[in-house]
Amino acid sequence: MTHDAHDHEEGATRRKVLECMTWAGTGILWTLAGGIPRSTGLIGEAKAEDSKAFSFLQLSDSHIGFDKPANPNANGTLMEAIGKVNALPAKPSFMIHTGDISHLSKPAEFDTADQIIGQSRLDVHYVPGEHDVLDDDRKIYLDRYGKGAKGAGWYSFDAGGAHFVGLVNVVDLKGGGMGNLGADQLAWLQADLASRTASTPIIVFAHIPLWTIYPEWGWGTQDSEQALGMLKKFGSVTVLNGHIHQVMQKVEGNVAFHTARSTAFPQPAPGSAPSPGPMKVEDSKLRTVLGIRQVNFMPGAERLAVIDTPLAG
Amino acid sequence: MPPPETMRAVALPKKTERGSTNMTFVVNCARGALIAIALMGASAVMAADMPVSIDNFVFTPAEAQVSVGTTVVWTNNDDIPHTVVDADHKYKSSALDTGDKFSHTFTEPGTFEYFCSLHPHMTGKIIVK
Repeated sequence: MTHDAHDHEEGATRRKVLECMTWAGTGILWTLAGGIPRSTGLIGEAKAEDSKAFSFLQLSDSHIGFDKPANPNANGTLMEAIGKVNALPAKPSFMIHTGDISHLSKPAEFDTADQIIGQSRLDVHYVPGEHDVLDDDRKIYLDRYGKGAKGAGWYSFDAGGAHFVGLVNVVDLKGGGMGNLGADQLAWLQADLASRTASTPIIVFAHIPLWTIYPEWGWGTQDSEQALGMLKKFGSVTVLNGHIHQVMQKVEGNVAFHTARSTAFPQPAPGSAPSPGPMKVEDSKLRTVLGIRQVNFMPGAERLAVIDTPLAG
Repeated sequence: MPPPETMRAVALPKKTERGSTNMTFVVNCARGALIAIALMGASAVMAADMPVSIDNFVFTPAEAQVSVGTTVVWTNNDDIPHTVVDADHKYKSSALDTGDKFSHTFTEPGTFEYFCSLHPHMTGKIIVK
């Protein structure tokens, strides 16, 4: 088939890693056609290509309960993020939250997050961040968000012609290592993907990046290679993560990786600070480094646009 | 209250290294012997506490040499919570928010590695002699 041959040729010329990183300021609209990314401009110029496009939102790293100088009002900025969601001209189908909903896994923090996020009136699919599973048995998170999920909270579902997979890589971490999926989850993933056809767009989301960004700060997932190996047969794979509180992208073959901004506080670019801890920026700049993400695609068109929008600026 | 025999038996092996017996230790031993020791934490120590600070996602000192009976006290000075978890899961702290402390008394010689279960690239080692 001409179409397949075209994809193959394009893929072969893109074997080398393409990387694009933006850490602050205006977002970039990425359009993916046949797995090949094309930056089409700054988000100020971005327009939904088709109002009928299926879209969903990604929120990440709300850290409700955080009250340190980097942002003493994490509730307020999450409210602003939900305000942005509610102001979108076309209502998204649902939202995913890629973890660190809370700062310290306290029920009151989850209550507050639920209350604020609930104002979007959208279904929300969660995966936990390490801040959400601080209790030994992860019961607080699982009781609230883990209904129907397996293991530590992983699951999959179908929507808009795509297959969504929510993974957990923040539990049973080993000293000296990074994020971890574990054998049980990998076995589940293999079985879950086995029945999907290669033309099904796959969207994987998890808290810690599934590509190694900066091991010195633990920004990667120890056994992600095994998961990515299972995704090789699919023509369009999009991986959405949080954890590092900044926008980064990388494209390798047919897999596009994206990390999202936090709604609570920014973190420094890899290696640019003594630690990955919360980064204090000028008050007037804070909202330019926090934000939400919208993902659009036309079912069947293998097109996918990831639009990162800061809260301001 | 005169110290009972049980206290002497417990205290002796440790006391030799330090020369004198800490008064808090005497009182606590008299009250509840071993259970009390286990629960005392940093309040009653048989050697000077060994502080380990957590700054910028690093345990400092990353490697500490202490004598048997030393209580190590970790303090989190970061804006992000951390934990202290023994590599063999013999002990673990709850999440330490900014300014929170966690203590563990090392009662046997050996090398004990630990890490932060939230940020496992953070590792440390306590060498007990």
